[in-house]
Amino acid sequence: MKSPEFNELRLDTIRREFGGFNALKGISLTIKRGEFIALLGPSGCGKTTALNCIAGLLSLSGGKIMLDDRRIDDLRPEERGFGMVFQNYALFPHMSVAKNIGFGLRMRGVAKSEIDRRVAEAVNLVRLQGQEAKLPGQLSGGQQQRVAIARAIVIEPPLVLMDEPLSNLDAKLRLEMRQEIRRIHSSLGSTTIYVTHDQEEALSLADRIVVLREGEIRQVGTPEDLYARPADVGVADFMGYRNRLAGKIVSRDGATARIDIGGGELVGLLQGSFSGDAAVVALRPEDLSTDMTGGGEAGSFGAKVTAIEYRGSEFHGLAMTDQGTELHFSSHHRHGVGERIRLRGMPERTLVFDGAKA
Amino acid sequence: MSGATLNEERVSLRTRLAEKGIDGTTLLILPGIIFIFALFVYPFCYGLWLSFQPKVGGALANYEKFFSQPFLYNTIWTTMRLALPVTLINLLISLPIAFRVRLMRNQRLLTTLLILPITLGTVLVAEGMIFYLGPQGWFNRILLTFGLISAPLKLVNNYWGVFISLVITGFPFTFLLILSYVTGIDPSLEQAAATLGANARNRFREVFFPLLLPGLAITFCLAFVQAYSVLPSAVLVGDPANATRVISIAAYQAATEEYDYPMASAIAMIMGVTQLGVVALVLALRSLVYRGPVAAAKG
Repeated sequence: MKSPEFNELRLDTIRREFGGFNALKGISLTIKRGEFIALLGPSGCGKTTALNCIAGLLSLSGGKIMLDDRRIDDLRPEERGFGMVFQNYALFPHMSVAKNIGFGLRMRGVAKSEIDRRVAEAVNLVRLQGQEAKLPGQLSGGQQQRVAIARAIVIEPPLVLMDEPLSNLDAKLRLEMRQEIRRIHSSLGSTTIYVTHDQEEALSLADRIVVLREGEIRQVGTPEDLYARPADVGVADFMGYRNRLAGKIVSRDGATARIDIGGGELVGLLQGSFSGDAAVVALRPEDLSTDMTGGGEAGSFGAKVTAIEYRGSEFHGLAMTDQGTELHFSSHHRHGVGERIRLRGMPERTLVFDGAKA
Repeated sequence: MSGATLNEERVSLRTRLAEKGIDGTTLLILPGIIFIFALFVYPFCYGLWLSFQPKVGGALANYEKFFSQPFLYNTIWTTMRLALPVTLINLLISLPIAFRVRLMRNQRLLTTLLILPITLGTVLVAEGMIFYLGPQGWFNRILLTFGLISAPLKLVNNYWGVFISLVITGFPFTFLLILSYVTGIDPSLEQAAATLGANARNRFREVFFPLLLPGLAITFCLAFVQAYSVLPSAVLVGDPANATRVISIAAYQAATEEYDYPMASAIAMIMGVTQLGVVALVLALRSLVYRGPVAAAKG
């Protein structure tokens, strides 16, 4: 028994209110079969609400959800047939691993021998051989996670929904399971919607990332798009642009501009249209580094180190310009706190947004 | 030197005890233990000893008397016939109500209303029942007025009077216990079952019911023990000479009408053993089912 295939899932201005609070303010998105979509955003941005609406665990306040030409937002969760992996796994504590994984098949009235075969397949896929008879309470966190994934995918759902599935695991296991999830997604050719607040997870897993903030979509794009070209300062914040500096445009030259950030000047690429001179410069710490050789060169300016920490491949530090602007920078040297340094940004990776909009 | 050694030993003894969970705070259970001894263990042992000191005959004469007279041994059956169905009915009523209340935002108001009968006490409930359900009571008058019945229904001073009274007074207790078991189950388990294709019936059968079973067993035992020791309502709204001559009435009569304390003690012992038998059976069945945590398992 194969679940019905589909070509696209379309969210059409879906809204959800909780007693006057707008958790989702009209989200529209089309997801194609086979895609791995990450819903990325800070907590409270509506990403889990969106996922629960798609799963049918929450009803919509407005809009519709279409699976090809079939409207599904009025269907109950058990009628939608999507696989869902919960943040706390939600394994049935009184059922063995095999029973947990076979639950969806039993509910569909699949024959016993067929259930056994497919459960064994799923157990192999998530590499849990030999654990079938155990209860969830006897498994480690990572193993429980695998059971939850196997249980969701064994029913061969057209769509797999994952709600921060790795947030309860330790760092090493998280990395392992991330690769595992991607491997399972590719080997099944399934469509996955993955909710996370971790940009690294989203960047490494997804074909497309949807950035949500305050119940609205801020940007949709490939990981590369979002990493290099965040649509606004908010998305840049999420993509690791730790420096977001208010400044003023001093001069323009085509698409580039020179910005005064208070105690220093940076050259960057203008993003979108500008209504005035006010600007916000977004820059990653790795693209703002110390320049020990030159003094007074264009694009470099002086600052005082206020904190420094070791990051393995390099040092990350905090510095302050003479006019009190705080900057995150990187360096290959361990600078002492209070030391005077010269910083230089990379103009092609320095993004300048309109300060009036930000 | 020896003083230091002694001190070390004292510290290590204290540490060893603390590791077993015994420290100064442990002393706080002393009043509880004293109470249990004074109010339960001592009277129980005394009653047991007394039951083997009959007024006439050998040590077992009281027990022989009880099990040779239908007038006495039938009280076991009479009590079971009340306590078992009442307990089951209360469980069956409480479960769906608890499932509904679980989803409500404003649980407190309804819960307060539902547990109100527990504060009334058996006597007040019995009095109310006599007025309301008696032959001249509102209930029968209304049914008669609408022509639904031609003669008043006999709902007090018989088996059903005690039955209804036990349901009313036992319900709040059963309901509160079950509500706590039901709300203790992680709601994400139900959501998971739903996304896996289980409809409401299957979610109950496959997820809720197995997880509730141990709690239901405990609730059954506690509610059963309460109903089994029924005395006031069996007298006030029952038929204490026949249909509701429960075992506690037999003990009460032996003690206060025949002044035969050894016999009353023997009846009390038999009462204890019979209800213990039911409780042990239920707990034995409980040990056969899953009894672990009911939260979604976490590492």
